[in-house]
Amino acid sequence: MNKNVYFGLYLVVAILAILPFVVPNSFYLDLVIRMAINAVIVLGLNLLIGFAGQISLGHAGFLGIGAYASAVLPTHFGWHPLLAMGAGAAATGILAALVARPIFKLKGHYLAMATLGLGIIINIALRNEAQWTGGPDGMPVPAMGLFGFELTSDKQWYWVVALLLSVSVWASLNLIDSPFGRALRALHGSEVASQVVGVDVVRYKVAIFVLSAVFASLMGSVTAHYVGFVSPNFADFFHSIELVTMVVIGGMASVYGSLVGAVLLTALPQALATFEGWETVVFGAILMGCMIFLPKGLVPTLAAKFGKGE
Amino acid sequence: MLAQFLQFLFSGITVGATYALAALGFTLIYNASNVINFAQGEFIMLGGMLAVYFTQAGLPLPVALLLAILIPAIVGVLVEKLAIEPVKGAETVTLIIITIGASLVIRGLIQVWLGKNTFSLPAFSGDEPIQILGATLLPQSLWVLGVTAIVVIALWYFFNRTLQGKAMLATSYNRLAAELVGINTSWVLFMSFAMSAALGALGGILVTPITLTSYDVGIMLGLKGFVAAVVGGLGNGLGAVLGGLLVGILEAMGAGYISSSYKDAIPFVLILFILFFMPRGLFGGKSTDRV
Repeated sequence: MNKNVYFGLYLVVAILAILPFVVPNSFYLDLVIRMAINAVIVLGLNLLIGFAGQISLGHAGFLGIGAYASAVLPTHFGWHPLLAMGAGAAATGILAALVARPIFKLKGHYLAMATLGLGIIINIALRNEAQWTGGPDGMPVPAMGLFGFELTSDKQWYWVVALLLSVSVWASLNLIDSPFGRALRALHGSEVASQVVGVDVVRYKVAIFVLSAVFASLMGSVTAHYVGFVSPNFADFFHSIELVTMVVIGGMASVYGSLVGAVLLTALPQALATFEGWETVVFGAILMGCMIFLPKGLVPTLAAKFGKGE
Repeated sequence: MLAQFLQFLFSGITVGATYALAALGFTLIYNASNVINFAQGEFIMLGGMLAVYFTQAGLPLPVALLLAILIPAIVGVLVEKLAIEPVKGAETVTLIIITIGASLVIRGLIQVWLGKNTFSLPAFSGDEPIQILGATLLPQSLWVLGVTAIVVIALWYFFNRTLQGKAMLATSYNRLAAELVGINTSWVLFMSFAMSAALGALGGILVTPITLTSYDVGIMLGLKGFVAAVVGGLGNGLGAVLGGLLVGILEAMGAGYISSSYKDAIPFVLILFILFFMPRGLFGGKSTDRV
């Protein structure tokens, strides 16, 4: 890894440090927080899609497990929010591992199908178990607190989320350059070749899938506490697609692409609100346009064009 | 007991026939291009919605239905020409997102044009239910099953007995080899999208008098069609039909005997089980990797 890569990290940290002093009002602060939360989720998902070359169309289901663990366990059972968050992450990890082992012996579309099915089943369960989850209407989430201190204001949330994002960028950069990351990239390049040189393909794929699912679950909990409310839409198929789109539009296998993708697609619905009624059409057209003209995603395409590379 | 079972079976086979047509659409496009077309469900929706629109506009039923099949076929071709062909050979995820983008555009346009209401279509030959061993069967169900059966036979004939059909099959086995013997593979791609859109639209039209339609019915119908295609072993035409019927029947049985609120989850539970225990689907062949 050269210094060039860490330069990006310093830039991200610098921007995060300056941002709260330049955003004009609380509306934009809220938008920035949601961008940062999505960026962390997308970083995790990009490890799976971009670096390991596996598709998950059910990631919102994992977000949902985390979010609802943080809503249901403290509300109905009086658990501490941190404990609930951990329990959600553990449950997600176990579920992902159970599902992943048989599925990762398959490839391509079968994997997309299995993760899609899993996500939809989770979503339907959240909608139907109304006595616990509030059904389609969703339910409020108690505030996150530690040692009598409660996270309430947007400013406090901002610093928490900014810290999470910086750590995630740093961790992703290091992970990619570790033996684990190199194994992932190898199996993306050629599974057979990496098997031949001794990479346990299934084990690595399961590991990265579980890791990104747990990432999603934790950030689901964070989102739930930040917004103070969860609804099944948070865990639906469309949200899964949005997350995958963030990865692909920003750039597969690009850490900074994940950030760009998350920022753009979180802002897009706000920008489209002016198109009254035409949002879906415009959103769909933008997705198609990006993929047709920039199939590698924004950051890698631009990086190649200006010859800098990441 | 028997009456109840038959009742669930009838409704399962009827819905299953629609899934079968959608699954055939997935299979056609997958064979021609290796693309999973996530806009398939929107063709089902388009068929139903356009049929409603044209009949309400006063066109005679056969003309309305013909238009409601023809227009989706043209939309399918447009999707192929404008969005799929320019990115030949792109990564799977990229193609998936393009087809999802296409589905959003189609769904959004219909929502702007025809609104968010739920519509119905009059049954083709009356609503007088037929009594069979205590269960009732709607005449429209016979239409669904009859037309699906005719379509399946016609497709079989097309792929096994005509030069064009064999050209499409050849392309699905090996595109390069097909090109070498002079098959116009971009025509094959064109035909696959037109045919699969028409099949989806046909299913959508046939089932609308029973299940109603609105701008957003395509998502679930399409995903279940995808499940059916995978159940049958992706790329296998006969498998897709059997997969569609199986998914429809299990869904109806599950809704009837287990829990109607988990009806939509049943196809996805089924697919997870099948992938765990029979990873190539029920009728898929063995795969080998070429290094």
